[in-house]
Amino acid sequence: MLRRRIRSALARGLLWLGALAVAALLLSVAGYVCVRGLPGLSWQFLTGQESALRGTEGILPAVVNTLFVIMVSLAVVLPVGVGAAVYLTEYAGSRRLVGVIDFAAGVLSGIPSILYAMLGVLLFCDRLGLRRTLLAGSMTLAIMTLPTVLRTTRESLRAAPASYREGALGLGAGKWPMIRSVVLPASVDGVVTGCILAAGRVVGETAVLLYTAGLSTAMQDFSGLRAAARASGATLSTVLYVYAKERADFTAAFAVATVLLAVAALLNAAAAAAGRRLRRV
Amino acid sequence: MERRREKAVETLFFLCALTAAALLLLIAAFLISSGLPAIQEIGLRNFLLGRIWDSANGEHPRFGILPLLLSSVYGAAGALVLGLPLGLLTALFLAKAAPRRLAAAIRALVRLLAGIPSVVCGLVGMTVLVPLLRERLDLPAGDGLLAAVVVLAVMVLPPVIEVSEDALAAVPRSYEEASLALGATEEETWLHVSLPAAGSGVAAAAALGAGRAVGEAMAVLMVAGNAANMPAPLRSVRLLTSGIAMELSYAAAGSLRQRALYSIALVLFVVILLINALLYFAQRGGRRPC
Amino acid sequence: MKKGRICLVFVLAALLMGCSGGGGETVELDGSTAMLPVMAVLGEAFEAREAGVRVNCSGSGSGAGIEGALSGRCDIGLSSRELTEEEYGRGAVGRVIALDGVAVVVHPDNPVRALTREALAAIFTGRVTRWTALGGGDHPVAVYGREAGSGTRTAFEAALGITDRCAYTNEYSATGDVLGNVAANPNAVGYASLSALDGAEAASLTVDGAACTLETVRSGEYPISRPFLLVTRADGAYSRAVEDFLRFAAGGEVEGYLAMAGAAAPGTEESHGTAA
Repeated sequence: MLRRRIRSALARGLLWLGALAVAALLLSVAGYVCVRGLPGLSWQFLTGQESALRGTEGILPAVVNTLFVIMVSLAVVLPVGVGAAVYLTEYAGSRRLVGVIDFAAGVLSGIPSILYAMLGVLLFCDRLGLRRTLLAGSMTLAIMTLPTVLRTTRESLRAAPASYREGALGLGAGKWPMIRSVVLPASVDGVVTGCILAAGRVVGETAVLLYTAGLSTAMQDFSGLRAAARASGATLSTVLYVYAKERADFTAAFAVATVLLAVAALLNAAAAAAGRRLRRV
Repeated sequence: MERRREKAVETLFFLCALTAAALLLLIAAFLISSGLPAIQEIGLRNFLLGRIWDSANGEHPRFGILPLLLSSVYGAAGALVLGLPLGLLTALFLAKAAPRRLAAAIRALVRLLAGIPSVVCGLVGMTVLVPLLRERLDLPAGDGLLAAVVVLAVMVLPPVIEVSEDALAAVPRSYEEASLALGATEEETWLHVSLPAAGSGVAAAAALGAGRAVGEAMAVLMVAGNAANMPAPLRSVRLLTSGIAMELSYAAAGSLRQRALYSIALVLFVVILLINALLYFAQRGGRRPC
Repeated sequence: MKKGRICLVFVLAALLMGCSGGGGETVELDGSTAMLPVMAVLGEAFEAREAGVRVNCSGSGSGAGIEGALSGRCDIGLSSRELTEEEYGRGAVGRVIALDGVAVVVHPDNPVRALTREALAAIFTGRVTRWTALGGGDHPVAVYGREAGSGTRTAFEAALGITDRCAYTNEYSATGDVLGNVAANPNAVGYASLSALDGAEAASLTVDGAACTLETVRSGEYPISRPFLLVTRADGAYSRAVEDFLRFAAGGEVEGYLAMAGAAAPGTEESHGTAA
């Protein structure tokens, strides 16, 4: 009995040890990034532009490019992802079809981003003539984030109570009016969560944008649709790569890494908040 | 009129749903059609088992991907050997042993790490880990397979922890209560009842981690040294992903070098499909009532 | 409801973009990472001169820049090596805008400050593996180089007569990457563009007694140099902005900017030719 007690205590100790070691490891990675990054961060760095002639540094163009890529890829992926989720939960009669699409989405979400990068280069940059532009990068990322949006939207659609649907149909509403007035509003939180998660993937993605979106650190021209379609440059994650690899400027690289860490924390908090609302509904 | 609109709406949604499947087919078709010709030209044996990758050699380009393939396999295996036990311990701790507050804090931390870009992991790896390995092990250079394995192990922790914690939390309470009622201690119950009952979820976590590790390009590119050597723990290596990343924008359109890159991509795709198949069976196994 | 929301997204997007249509012209440059410091200066100078034109520089490597120019992925390719016969055959045209030295760099703590070309060839082909043989401390040599396709690598290997025979410990995919890693490793020796050395921690060596400077590169005293080329397609139809930029960058007025970025102006006989 005593032996068993000791063994159990050891096992518990091991669990604590392992978990605390992991926590310490993760904390030290995050802490290290902040410690090296904070000295390089300043209002000027965040809102300034880079100039070789004046010798200034700044990542404002990368921030703007990141926002642009998030917006465009979400605008493309959202209708398709939500539409697919609605079909799978509300219309699909054949279980086999649902299974096939589930499988496809699962595989798509597991494909390495470097393969998406190759697809983007060949399809959007070359074949469709978009060249290396933020637009080409956004389109590639839209494909990449489709499974994420599809999954979260489906989860929230499933959570919409059947009684709502039956109520609406019982009142004589057609299927589409029922979906529009009952199902979609109930699923807004899931869609929002999907958007946040997709935005997180976009912010964190480097490989795809490195090869499809260009690496310019100059401010781009978004003054019109045509100009915006031609804009080409680095986002936050690719500018980090540029600083670390092309310029060996680690102060700036860690400063950008700190910004990315903050963005990730912010998106996590937002996703958690949206998830809590989702569960309450 | 109304019926026609209903039909149109349904078709629209159907097309959206079809997009996911169509995209997968598109990617598969694209990889096969652009990846196969070079394999045929080089010969499957020479391609898969060739030990020298020297694609840009002016006189005798060689396209053997065995060093890349093995480096990827060893890299992922090493990451799992380090990451899976640690991840499982953490998941067990979070699901069963941790005080609620502490669990919430660790979970937030894990999620934060899951959200940071892989280049950040690569950056920390190249500025901290690589010099550390060089000094401690007295190497010419610290970049190499070991550095890649450690960075990948840290990167697979978040998905492994999240998936296996979910699986552990889903183990029916009655199993554990039965074990406790039979006189087992809490710890014995977790290790001998909860963990085995969550076995398929753990397998799924391992498969997910393996997929992540095999597919990661940027972090590996920053710490592995990138010389296409046959893998050894302390030697600079090039993985399938970093091999593509190194040369993707270089290869001339239509050249054998470019087509060989697509062949590497095809091999990578097949490896990912195999891991996905494992994941699929692991999850199906889990649904069977035990 | 949903349609309304999608419309809203598009309206917002359009508003954010200002709805004016059109917009300025862009010149897309892509290629050699060694040329980025020079191109950043030239690009900005050009933008200041031509209102509304934007010059975008991406660094991916010389081979990639030439491919980009030939396939139309970018307007102008940046190459830090001569074009090959094969590339000329496919219609590439190169304009020399500057000369650059390939500096050999080591960690600042490494006492070795001079090497001969023979010694370099021995190091880079893997025949010498310890610094003691070169007058340094008792530690191994880590040979750092660039990836296959890099203009710097091509020029360096060609100048030493060791093309495709190098035994690299590590291969890095950008000029700054080599400099950063050499500066972090006391065992390392690598090579990088002279124009990128400004502000770098790594120390530059003399080769055959000549230091790598603008003067020695221009005079030919320093043995490892190469041209910076702007590459276009012979049959390409380019916008006015691109044509203007080509004329600007190859013209005499940029000499001051070149010096500012650490590259030497090309000799007069080369500046208008295509270096064929």
